Amino acid sequence: MGVWTMAGVTFREAARKKVLWMALVAGAGFLTLFATGLHFQVKDLASQSISPVLRREIMNTMLTMGLYAVDLLAVLMTILTSVDTLSGEIASGTIQAVATKPVPRSQILLGKWFGFVAMITIYIIIMVGGVNAVTYFIGGVMARHLLRGFAFMWMETLVLLSLTFVFGTYFSTITSGVLALGLHGIAFIGGWIEQFGAITHTQRAVNVGIVASLLIPSEALWRRAAFEMQSPLASAMRMSPFSSVSVPSLIMVGYAGLYILAALLLAVRRFSQRDL
Amino acid sequence: MTSDLAISTRRLRKVFGGKVAVRNLSLEVSRGEVFGFLGPNGAGKSTSVNMLLGLVAPSSGTAAILGRPAGDAETRAKVGFLPEHFRFYDWLTSVELLMLHGRLYGISHAELRRRVPGLLDRVGLTPHRDRRLRDFSKGMLQRIGLAQALLNDPDLIFLDEPTSGLDPFGRRLVRDIIQSQRERGATVLLNSHLLSEVEISCDRVAFVKEGEVVETRELNSSLEEPTGVIIRAADVSRDAVAALQSLARSVRIEGEHIVLSVSSTRVLPQIVRCLVEKGAQVYEVTPQRLSLEERFLEIVGSDGGL
Repeated sequence: MGVWTMAGVTFREAARKKVLWMALVAGAGFLTLFATGLHFQVKDLASQSISPVLRREIMNTMLTMGLYAVDLLAVLMTILTSVDTLSGEIASGTIQAVATKPVPRSQILLGKWFGFVAMITIYIIIMVGGVNAVTYFIGGVMARHLLRGFAFMWMETLVLLSLTFVFGTYFSTITSGVLALGLHGIAFIGGWIEQFGAITHTQRAVNVGIVASLLIPSEALWRRAAFEMQSPLASAMRMSPFSSVSVPSLIMVGYAGLYILAALLLAVRRFSQRDL
Repeated sequence: MTSDLAISTRRLRKVFGGKVAVRNLSLEVSRGEVFGFLGPNGAGKSTSVNMLLGLVAPSSGTAAILGRPAGDAETRAKVGFLPEHFRFYDWLTSVELLMLHGRLYGISHAELRRRVPGLLDRVGLTPHRDRRLRDFSKGMLQRIGLAQALLNDPDLIFLDEPTSGLDPFGRRLVRDIIQSQRERGATVLLNSHLLSEVEISCDRVAFVKEGEVVETRELNSSLEEPTGVIIRAADVSRDAVAALQSLARSVRIEGEHIVLSVSSTRVLPQIVRCLVEKGAQVYEVTPQRLSLEERFLEIVGSDGGL
């Protein structure tokens, strides 16, 4: 019971955050820009004698690029909206009025987590749906395995959300934010090192990337999502800079699932034991 | 019997980093008592309350409330708490806040719909029932916080500086609420540095300094307390003084005044009788009850707790 009460109020609290609305405004701005660019590209391509296959690949690349931008927005939005929900309320004492109610602390934390999950889910649905709608209606293409891609992007935000929750039970808001963003930065760089390692057949560079993904599997999930959503040809040709050359395996996806679970358990444990 | 005690702590201690917040708190509060927790700022009052509520884990020692270990989730259903600075999401209205906290207490929606209007009325916020907390003054926040602490008809209520930020009407309200909780049979722990509030509301107080109970005293039945007495009398013979010395702890003659220190005011009639029998003319007998404020200042010392 307590979980859902907390989830409800957290969702409403999160939905009031300026960060969320800014992310939506930025998202809308991005979609408009994306649609306009795509529109002109389609027009220009129509005037050139270009093979339909190539035209399709260009559209698919645009789609992946759009999804990449959405992914970045979702990552930032996840971290920035949730970063002060624990540390901020602990610092201000707001949490005291809640933690003295007959609701176990684990339920308070999980309730907050579910509240954010609901908000982030809606955000990704709107944004991923928006990009696909734009490419479908203007360029005639859609992501190949849209649902799978969506699921992996969603999972990526859950990794970051859970990690941000862990930091929130230990550190101040600013420190938690810096740590979460910093770690995602490591995953991001690690991902590129792995990509180039794969292109240049440098196994040790690939290993560096895998280690980064083990540290935080967020970027790996994006690359898996991109792999699921890009066209079969792009996968075969391994040509797009935004998609995956070295594709994270399903083992990595399983690892990410365990990672989320472990992070949540750690956050619950720490939150249940710490002084409020 | 532990179950007769609303609060019981033994050698409770809390150290934050290297700083001792609560040194050695041993305390027993009976059910139905209104208990005042008095001490200067930084004496560890709030930390003690937070330990009793399970918000802060003790470094050592034990604490029990309502016969269960402090922090027990089920017991919290019978506890109300007004934090020192009551804050909550400021976009909620008064009614929404109380409904939310009621749900956290596990109270049914139907029951809440019955209780919330009454509580808003009790704390004088009915005209502001649909106003958002962000437009509330500090005093209004204290009032809604108070209503929130009474939602579950608690057996034990912790009020941490409830009158801070309140005007005289608000203070009167807090006093009345404490009184009605007492009549209901609830136990109240009032954490305050406002001595007058404590003096009016409490049955018993503990003076806390540097995280230790320095003294507890009854406020209503002080017959048994040691006190000073000043007697104005004439014709006091040596014989009479000698007799007084056997009845009082100390006797001093200052002109026509006899300054006594007695272990209990119960001996006063005997003292008067003795003086009269020895031929003295007694004009005045005045017990010098040490006021809460004097005792507070005595305990806190000249540094004012800074």
